[in-house]
Amino acid sequence: MSDFQPKIVAFCCYYCAYSAADLAGSMRLQYPPNIRMVELPCSGKTDIRVVLEAFENGADGVYVAGCLEGDCHFLKGNIMAKRRIKQAKKLLDEIGIGGDRLEMFNLSGSMGPRFAEVAEEMTEQIRKLGPSPLNPAYKEKKETASKEEAQ
Amino acid sequence: MIVAEGKPIAEVAKLIEDANKVLVVGCGGCVTVCLAGGEKEVGILASALRMLRKKEDKPLETVEITISRQCDPEYMEQLEKYITDDIDAVVSMACGVGVQFVAERFNKWVVPALDTKFAGGALEHGVWGERCGLCGECILYKTGGICPIIRCSKSILNGPCGGSQDGKCEIDTEVDCAWQLIYDRMKTLGKLDKLLEIEPIKDWSKSRDGGPRKVVKEDVMIK
Amino acid sequence: MKSGSKLEKLFNQGEFVVSGEIGPPKHANADIIREHARMLKEYVDAVNLTDNQTAIVRISSIASAVHVLAEELEPIVQMTVRDRNRIGIQSDLLGAYSVGVKNVLCLSGDHQSFGNHPTSKNVHDLDSIQLVKALKDMRDEKKFICGDEIKEHEPRFFIGAVANPFGDPFEYRVMRLEKKINAGADFIQTQCIFDMDRFERWMEQVRERGLHKKAKIMAGLMPLKSHKAAKYMQKFVSGMIVPDEIIERMENAEDKKAEGVELCVEQIKHLQQIEGVAGVHIMAVNWENIIPTIVEKAGLYPRPQIKE
Ligand code: SF4
Ligand code: SF4
Repeated sequence: MSDFQPKIVAFCCYYCAYSAADLAGSMRLQYPPNIRMVELPCSGKTDIRVVLEAFENGADGVYVAGCLEGDCHFLKGNIMAKRRIKQAKKLLDEIGIGGDRLEMFNLSGSMGPRFAEVAEEMTEQIRKLGPSPLNPAYKEKKETASKEEAQ
Repeated sequence: MIVAEGKPIAEVAKLIEDANKVLVVGCGGCVTVCLAGGEKEVGILASALRMLRKKEDKPLETVEITISRQCDPEYMEQLEKYITDDIDAVVSMACGVGVQFVAERFNKWVVPALDTKFAGGALEHGVWGERCGLCGECILYKTGGICPIIRCSKSILNGPCGGSQDGKCEIDTEVDCAWQLIYDRMKTLGKLDKLLEIEPIKDWSKSRDGGPRKVVKEDVMIK
Repeated sequence: MKSGSKLEKLFNQGEFVVSGEIGPPKHANADIIREHARMLKEYVDAVNLTDNQTAIVRISSIASAVHVLAEELEPIVQMTVRDRNRIGIQSDLLGAYSVGVKNVLCLSGDHQSFGNHPTSKNVHDLDSIQLVKALKDMRDEKKFICGDEIKEHEPRFFIGAVANPFGDPFEYRVMRLEKKINAGADFIQTQCIFDMDRFERWMEQVRERGLHKKAKIMAGLMPLKSHKAAKYMQKFVSGMIVPDEIIERMENAEDKKAEGVELCVEQIKHLQQIEGVAGVHIMAVNWENIIPTIVEKAGLYPRPQIKE
């Protein structure tokens, strides 16, 4: 399954992760190309419904990247995001998608390398988990597995 | 307001396992305020149900609508055009009252998506507390505005019981003893002598023990 | 004479009354109740039969009283308001009186969440003070709660209630006791005493209000078997205060049981000196057979007879 390229949506706060991504770009740091970024004015805008919809529309993993705790431009946006992510993880567990396909990261705008690292970590994590149960690839994988078992 | 809380998604999914298409109905009243069954929660539940079913290879179609109040026939009319033949079930995200009004009105399989908890209010953002037991004959004027019927674990009218300690109820150190609150309040108000009066046995027939209740206000009736 | 119970008569004679307690078993055989009754009858004047204590299902207190009566020991039937509404309570009271029960102790009852049926509905149609009042109205006004007249054979109970000097709010505890006595309580049994200072402060307030003259106050005691039990109560039983000294004393003792007996005897002797304490109620949970020893050591044996 090493050829599996997970689709990952990253909701990035404008004040930190989004700038960090820019920085990573100008530093010519390599990070996996399978990350789709969505800019948020603040990680506090994280909406459980939108996160779920990302999964519904084919994401294998989602993460929200907000400022370091204590550094939120809007004071507590990242703390709220953290709570919502916790709740969304619970929901994802309940419906069998798996809460560990969703994560929250904290970084600052000057942490270009950390941004690349997070993208790397998340891709690795999702790769290990395999395709989302909603991804057609999930079934194929299952079928191959059961065939292999049968052999 | 009525405070409610979402049932686990898997539980709701089980209730509609035979349906192919459901209408998820939110309510703009209390459950919107207590963040259990408003427009946003409708979106979350619908999305979660769709995913769960897609995963099981039994895709579910959902239609989402939130009306002003499910406990009022007037607003129920807005629902009419959504209750089409192909809707196999209606998932109501209102309190138990709304669920029943929808069920009474339409010939559909209606299921509740929430557990209706109590009549209460917001203690802080995200935390709600119970305040009234709907006893039908309010005695708050005797207890400094703190309800012993619902806030005392034993509904004691001449409290506190022997289990009250350090301001907490015997059942749980997280629960305030209502009678400690009443005592403190009456003391502040200089009305401790009132607490020496024996509160007589209550007429529970005014409560739900008297059977289902109805309130009629003739002066505003139209028919 | 209000009820003519042995308990009432002994109080009227001015005796220092001693009561014990029997917890009915969690099955349908009453041999153990009878055994305990036979063992205690020479050493206590009456015995409490608990009503599904800590909300655990047991033989009912009234049925247990029948067995105790058969052994010629005076029962005090405990009745909580947790499990029965006013219809059930009054019916059970009539039944209890018909089999010869003459003392009833009114309680709220431990919340069902403590017991083995935490998912049950609780009743609390009345509270304990209202129950006291109901018993008094049945006896003195010959009336049921609804106001209907009891035309004949009204139940004439000696009415007991409980008081907890260790619960909060402390300042209100005596006021509430006064409420209970005004409602009709003839005798009071207190929560077990470990914090003697607080009990004495409470008794002072009782005397200030003259309550000891209106009702007989029995001090509750629980002999300790080990320091662990004491620690457990200190930590987990709400409405109980167990001072550290007592735990230390038990911890340091070589023979814990003997120390527990010793402590209890000391407490009894001390209580006898306090004005307004009319007796002791010894709750030896799962240690009923120690009661005779304690009573003897405290110099309270033999028990007084009723003078005709
Ligand atoms: S006394 Fe009755 S009506 Fe008043 S708050 Fe309490 S339960 Fe509600
Ligand atoms: S501790 Fe207070 S709130 Fe709890 S049951 Fe007793 S009187 Fe009621």
